[in-house]
Amino acid sequence: MQNLRALKPYFKRYRGTLLAGVVYILLSNGFTVYMPLAIRDAFNELQTEITDEAILRYALIIVGAAALGGFFRYHIRQTIIRVSRKIEYDLRQDLWEHIQRLPLRFFNVNSVGDIMARCTNDVSAVRMFVGPAVMYSLDTLARLAIVVAIMISIDAAVTLYALLPLPILSYAVYAVGRRMHKRYTAVQDKFSELSTKAQENYAGMKTVKSYLAEDREIDEFSRLGEEYLRKNMRLARIQALFFPFLLLTSGVSIVVVVWAGGANVISGDLMIGDLTALTVYVGLLVWPVIALGWVVHIVQQGEAGMKRILRVFNEPIAIADDEKVDPTLTPTRGEIEFRDVTFKHSENAPPTLKNLSLAIPAGSTVAIMGKTGAGKSTLLDLIPRFAEPNEGAVLIDGRDVREYPLRALRGAVGFARQEAFLFSANVETNVAYALDEPDRERVERAAEIAQFAPDVADMTDGYRTMIGERGVTLSGGQKQRAAIARALLVDPLILLLDDSFSAVDTGTEEEILKGLRRFMKDRTSVIVCHRVSTAKEADFVVVIEDGKVAERGTHDELIARDGWYAEINRRQTLEKEIEELD
Amino acid sequence: MAKDFNVDQEALGKAYDGRLMRRLLKYLKPYRKYVVLAILLHLFTASLGPLRPYLTKIAVDDHIATKDYGGLAEIVALIFGALFLQAIIQYVLMYLTQWIGQKTILDLRKEIFAHVQRLAASFFDKTPVGRLVTRTTNDVEALNQMFGAGVVTAFSDVFIVGWILAFMFYTDVELSFVTLAALPLLVYGTFVFKKKAREAYRDVRLHLARLNAYMQEHVAGAAIVQLFGKERREAKRYANINADHRQANYDSILYHAVFFPFVELVSALALALIVWHGGGLAKNDVLTLGVLFAFIQYVEMFFRPIRDLAEKYNIMQTAMASSERVFKLLDDETVVRNPERSAAIERARGEVEFQHVSLSYLKDGKHALRDFSLKIAPGETVALVGHTGAGKSTVINVLLRFYDHDEGRIFIDGTDAAALDERELRRHIGVAPQDVSLFQGTIRSNITMNNPDISEERMIEAAKATGAHEFIERLPNGYDETVAERGATLSVGQKQLISFARALAHDPEIIALDEATSSVDAETEGKAQAAVEKLLEGRTSIVVAHRLSTIQSADRIVVMHKGRVREIGSHQELLAQKGIYHRLYRLQYKDQAIDAS
Repeated sequence: MQNLRALKPYFKRYRGTLLAGVVYILLSNGFTVYMPLAIRDAFNELQTEITDEAILRYALIIVGAAALGGFFRYHIRQTIIRVSRKIEYDLRQDLWEHIQRLPLRFFNVNSVGDIMARCTNDVSAVRMFVGPAVMYSLDTLARLAIVVAIMISIDAAVTLYALLPLPILSYAVYAVGRRMHKRYTAVQDKFSELSTKAQENYAGMKTVKSYLAEDREIDEFSRLGEEYLRKNMRLARIQALFFPFLLLTSGVSIVVVVWAGGANVISGDLMIGDLTALTVYVGLLVWPVIALGWVVHIVQQGEAGMKRILRVFNEPIAIADDEKVDPTLTPTRGEIEFRDVTFKHSENAPPTLKNLSLAIPAGSTVAIMGKTGAGKSTLLDLIPRFAEPNEGAVLIDGRDVREYPLRALRGAVGFARQEAFLFSANVETNVAYALDEPDRERVERAAEIAQFAPDVADMTDGYRTMIGERGVTLSGGQKQRAAIARALLVDPLILLLDDSFSAVDTGTEEEILKGLRRFMKDRTSVIVCHRVSTAKEADFVVVIEDGKVAERGTHDELIARDGWYAEINRRQTLEKEIEELD
Repeated sequence: MAKDFNVDQEALGKAYDGRLMRRLLKYLKPYRKYVVLAILLHLFTASLGPLRPYLTKIAVDDHIATKDYGGLAEIVALIFGALFLQAIIQYVLMYLTQWIGQKTILDLRKEIFAHVQRLAASFFDKTPVGRLVTRTTNDVEALNQMFGAGVVTAFSDVFIVGWILAFMFYTDVELSFVTLAALPLLVYGTFVFKKKAREAYRDVRLHLARLNAYMQEHVAGAAIVQLFGKERREAKRYANINADHRQANYDSILYHAVFFPFVELVSALALALIVWHGGGLAKNDVLTLGVLFAFIQYVEMFFRPIRDLAEKYNIMQTAMASSERVFKLLDDETVVRNPERSAAIERARGEVEFQHVSLSYLKDGKHALRDFSLKIAPGETVALVGHTGAGKSTVINVLLRFYDHDEGRIFIDGTDAAALDERELRRHIGVAPQDVSLFQGTIRSNITMNNPDISEERMIEAAKATGAHEFIERLPNGYDETVAERGATLSVGQKQLISFARALAHDPEIIALDEATSSVDAETEGKAQAAVEKLLEGRTSIVVAHRLSTIQSADRIVVMHKGRVREIGSHQELLAQKGIYHRLYRLQYKDQAIDAS
């Protein structure tokens, strides 16, 4: 229960409603248990003497007690279970808002599936504790207390006999539930093995066909399928126990009442009505007792879920404004300097950037080139503080980026990242992501510079066209141009383009660069690229190799230097020649 | 992944479709004996529950009322016996039902898997693997409930209701009618509730799917949110979806909150009717107390079978939707051309000839291969070189008939390949593709592909020859080492070596090799080179080559460009031509020559 204690502030918020829920539980049970008493009295009086009015009165009492008990039972769910949904909402919201602010590293380390599981499955498991577990345990306690008291008042000995099997039932539900959970996990494991088999086979179909392995693969799949069947039957063996066991335990309780109670009726200590009431009472106890066993299981699941949730809550929001921040500061000129920057992706990883120093004057356009994994993307990430250097500092306009408020810093940067990620929304919303209210004029201007406007014009709904799974699928080049437009829309002081032209043809690229030159006049652009044709357009080129600046200069200077850049230039010229052959 | 949250999947259709149902029931046929047995057992065991109140009536009226201790004990023993018997049979039935369901879906699953094995490569181009896996796994799983619980237990529910009615009417006709007055209310209420609850549940799932879709997208786009500082705006959007989900749950709570008290109220109503009407009858000694006692218990018994029957609607609806998708896959017949009766080649000399072969992957699309002609002598090694998209891999694809070519002919030892069945054709050709496919199992099973004709010696010999043996021996379990999903624990180079060993162990007459482009570290590179040499030795070989060493050791180099053969010759001849090869050499292979020196 240690982890579940963290829910205290959430419970506190709904204290009043929960308290009402407890009162409803007491009231509901009070009325529900009254019904068998009416049956008892009716039967007892039937044995001796009774008027028609009395019979009618008892009948009405039965209906009335059920109606009132039901009325409060309705309110139990409307309070306790509803609160559980509220707490579920609050917890999920808090969790997601926390996740959203975590450094990008968190999203690289944890799979999407895992993150989603925290917000759905685990929050659900906690919700089951907050709602059903709380409700059923309180309900069971209340009912047990009242019913057992009444039963004892009727016949203490018979009550004792009748109740004896019930703890066994409670324990059995718990024990069987636990074992079922284990076997169920085994079934799921086999199921995913079966899925993997199908997945590997379908994906490797050419290899399977080449080696004429189809029949053997079918055998293998059948073998796994049969194992899956066996695991299922193993689960069934225990799952099938559940209902017979339930039937037997509750049935035995009733049989005991009939027997021991019947004997007492014969001896004259009890009347038929008492006997009837006792059997009805035993019936009333069966479900709560089952629930008790189930509750233990829910609590365990909830505890496990909460533990995983807390682990996420304990992840620090590493990149945030701290005391060094000057809240009035905003970048104005766009000069960037990397000063002796060393960066590692994790504590033990080799450094991605090693003592790298690089100054980019305000208003210039610089092209960054280098092999895959040289550290180009990391370099860009450091500017808007998506990552922070382990050593050294990044400066903008001569001040450490950490001195700027995060909003001001990121507000000054337009960044089109490598993956060119777009949301499943319409074109306008995507391009105007930075704005809370889309501004068509600005969207169109940005799209024109990014050469995305002609594509949009061809779409059926223009800027209202939906993108993504439920809309049109954009080509790689279109995505890149949309991402450039999105970055341009904020009129950034500093524009960062990370490999944004790889899927754009060279002609279009030239157009974009031409437009940018006008648009980014007096402002700073840092462009990571692979084509020399792109780099040519920049004021100067920086080649990164093994986390350091290896070459730096204008296109012509670097060609003359005859290093890596010059070699890449030769290759690309050749490639172009080959492509242009018929 | 995103497909799993597809909202469209939530749209369920009708609960019954005769055509689909008839086809589904065929799968139960092999187990019809067990199905009949289960139904008969249900018929019998359904009577045991309603028997108990009847026995308690006898206990009350005939034994307690007459102070007959012995008789009471006998009846109690009888009730206990009935209870025990019911419990045992119920256990057997639940097990049996599950078994029938599992057996049927296993059959169906095998059929799907076997069907997919027959489909041509072009089918896999148009169908994502993930969707096929879903058909094989989840969709079939959804049918389990229908085969087991759906068909068999539906009988049980009907039987139980039938038996209760029979016992009630046998005990007392008039009181039965009075008690049943409340029943239509219960049936109606239950079906309304089930419908509402089903809708609410679907709503909840829909909103959960939206929540998931949102999260999936915003985990991927977390950088964008942070870059533009839109955390607060996005938190609000998330809150909206989150609140919709909560609201959907409120609806579901409402239905449950109303329904359970409603059921209690209806049974209280029935009880009141029994007390009121039955009490009046008992007062005048028309009825015994034992009858009243029994009827009180019958009222409690009605609820479960009625609720279960209402549940069946759900099961059927899901089953219809799943089976429709499954049958659609089973009815797909995208296969390559095969002759009705295959010619046979015992052992090929290995002469391969392409005559004017053309292929475009898409109808009316660009030609991937255009008028490709090439004759390869037995034992000859031909290196295919060319820029990306030149059509090199397509040559291998048509040779192995992964795709039917549009025009031209291919001959193996002078026999038209079209006269050979695809399997007979592939029997003579070994393949080592660029992306190695590894399969669940062991290193051993991955080399032999479970082919029983490959002896232990031959496997080890092949592994030794290709240099794979060395690293395999160093693994904790050697050849019995488990290969993780998609070979995740092996390096790219190791996977290559296993692939070469696999090809060599099968000892094909012709080999088609698609060399990996990415060169790994120098050591692995050297090993791979040696392995390739071993593999090609004495076999007709077509190599999509990226390594200069492979190209130089080939007997002939075929330069392809845009689906056509453009230059043929030896390394020196082609270099002297100063054509495409010369440029390719300067672009791709020259470094290797420098590195190697």
